[in-house]
Amino acid sequence: MTTIAAPEAIPYLRSFESLEQNGYGQHPDWLQALRRDAMDAFTALGFPTARRGNEEWKYTDVGPIARASFRIPTQSCHSESIEESLADRVDSLTDPNWHRLVFIDGCFTPHLSSLPNIATVSNLADSLDSHTPLIRQHLARHTPYASHAFTALNTAFLHQGSFLHLPPETSLDRPLHLIYLTTAAETHTLSQPRTLAVIGRGSKATIVETYAGPDDTPYLSNAISELIIKENASLDYYRLQQHGDEGYHVGTTQAVLGDGAHFSSTTLDLGGALVRNNLNALLDAPESSCTLNGLYLAGETQKIDNQVIIDHAKPHTNSRELYKGILGGRARAAFHGSITVRKNAQKVDAKQEDKNLLLSDKAQVNVKPAFWIYADDVKCGHGAASGQIDENSLFYLRSRGIDHEQAHRLLVRGFANEIIETVGCPSVKSLINNLVKTKLTEL
Amino acid sequence: MLEIRNLHASVNDTPILRGINLTIQPGEVHAVMGPNGSGKSTLAFVLAGRPGYEVTSGSALYQGQDLLEMMPEDRARAGLFLSFQHPVEVPGVRLDQFLRAGFNAVSKSRGLEELDPLKFDRLLRRRVKTVNVDPQMTRRSVNEGFSGGEKKRNEVLQMAVLEPALAILDEPDSGLDVDALRSVAQSINDLRTPENALLLVTHYQRILNYVVPDRVHVLVNGRIVKSGGKDLALDIEANGYDGYEEAANPTLAQPASP
Ligand SMILES: Nc1ncnc2c1ncn2[C@@H]1O[C@H](COP(=O)(O)OP(=O)(O)OP(=O)(O)O)[C@@H](O)[C@H]1O
Ligand SMILES: [Mg+2]
Repeated sequence: MTTIAAPEAIPYLRSFESLEQNGYGQHPDWLQALRRDAMDAFTALGFPTARRGNEEWKYTDVGPIARASFRIPTQSCHSESIEESLADRVDSLTDPNWHRLVFIDGCFTPHLSSLPNIATVSNLADSLDSHTPLIRQHLARHTPYASHAFTALNTAFLHQGSFLHLPPETSLDRPLHLIYLTTAAETHTLSQPRTLAVIGRGSKATIVETYAGPDDTPYLSNAISELIIKENASLDYYRLQQHGDEGYHVGTTQAVLGDGAHFSSTTLDLGGALVRNNLNALLDAPESSCTLNGLYLAGETQKIDNQVIIDHAKPHTNSRELYKGILGGRARAAFHGSITVRKNAQKVDAKQEDKNLLLSDKAQVNVKPAFWIYADDVKCGHGAASGQIDENSLFYLRSRGIDHEQAHRLLVRGFANEIIETVGCPSVKSLINNLVKTKLTEL
Repeated sequence: MLEIRNLHASVNDTPILRGINLTIQPGEVHAVMGPNGSGKSTLAFVLAGRPGYEVTSGSALYQGQDLLEMMPEDRARAGLFLSFQHPVEVPGVRLDQFLRAGFNAVSKSRGLEELDPLKFDRLLRRRVKTVNVDPQMTRRSVNEGFSGGEKKRNEVLQMAVLEPALAILDEPDSGLDVDALRSVAQSINDLRTPENALLLVTHYQRILNYVVPDRVHVLVNGRIVKSGGKDLALDIEANGYDGYEEAANPTLAQPASP
């Protein structure tokens, strides 16, 4: 097959070929074939552009990413002493009581990690032998790459990553923290975090993903998480994006739900120059449900784009979406919520809401809801709002002696609280609380 | 304590207050009554410093200071309190945190000790008991989902926490059932001292049976058209404002032009 390579894909293709000749050859054939296929897809696609009439990328121009040409890190990981020097940084991102898997520039770092013993939690690359059927069954099966450039790019270089397999009727006793830290020691590095989690029938887990990197240097973090939630299982999923001020982040999370399963997700965006999150939930069996919440706080020239796609494939499925944004400076945000209700998916109940608080006249938000409803007995609702601090509330607080600045702060904080209050797990809540508090002082 | 002279104020360039004169001494209770839209809440807001209310002439001295020059938060710190006719819902801000922020701001400006959450909680629990509100209420967002009566009680709770020198109570009694009215009135009385004063806006004589006014003023069309003792409230209860409206606005008394 000959495809015309998109020019911006060529450096990535070169890296791919050189890796294939060196390290990647040792991996199982099926994985090599998968990567090759994804590389072909990316080579043909190139990066998406707003120009090609692409609705999906209407509000986010990834031109800067396409033009930059990011470097794939070589397979050699950091020395232990460099990793050791990052221990404090890692500690600052997490709660000491959680289980954790730490990846530094894509490399699994065992001695900064602490694993539970009741489930399989490991580096994906290390589990390829022991868990081949399960991994093969799920890896890259739920996030199609044929027409998604960033997914293709991640899959083409698929190597290390987090793998969680929770057998039926087991529960993780505490949150599992997946920390993907970019050091950006060299400029323009590409890190591609990958997560695969299979939550067995009737099991329960809390997964927290943290994406972080340094300020003052451009890098790209292109992440994919595949979350398979079997019947009656439930997953609490948090995604804490804390990239540096010049970091680019594209993250795709795909959840697939079985009978009676529940997926609850909280997406927190604090950092990054340009951020695009794709969150997809496939309600693939009756009585499955999802609650998708998001909070994005952006200032200066940050751009944060959330696309949330919910597919009600089966009847009696239920979804709740609440995203809130606080925007200062010249920040731009986009929220694109798409809800599909398939034919025969009767008794679906779906609600979507996006609310924004604008702290400056130059901040801007675009909201684009989309409903594709092919069943008739369906309850769907959506709302969108954006506005400035409420003057009535401000005066009410001031009339109690609270000065203008503190009143403003309390109200902004109050706006965020609606999302924070939904966090059930106290230790996760306290971590998020602190992150939000710090970020709000910068807006 | 408060001396208002010939106060004129406009909202959106519409004159609402048209020459208010009112003097309140420490320890006094003044009631203001008047028909809907006559400017009672406007007077309260102007005194509390709500943005958007433009004073076009006149003056208001509070404890010797030019009240109208002060920021709303400074008025509160100086001991002025407004109980809102329509208390504002503030989603996401917990009542106890809101109250502590206000309490500490006021304490600080008076040179008193600011309280940490634990100590403040103890004080708040005492106030909650005196004002007789549900203790759970203090952990909810300010006024969010509160019933009409709960909102009014919450205003009184805030007054109890802030211990103002001059409290302006804008219809603290409307929407209350008979028992709640008695209890709110009781709380208001409990907070009275020989030094502090009340300006109580109401439509009903009933609350004045409990919180007995030294003076009653009738506000019509932006002016105080009559002042008197507590019996004036009884007269209004019996006869309404008909006679007063004519007194306030002679043009109303003229026959409509054909
Ligand atoms: N923002 C505004 N723009 C225009 N007119 C206003 C505004 N706010 C108040 N007014 C007008 O000012 C007048 C006085 O209102 P105010 O609320 O002071 O009346 P009130 O005496 O408190 O009445 P009520 O007994 O119904 O509470 C009303 O006619 C009202 O419509
Ligand atoms: Mg009023």
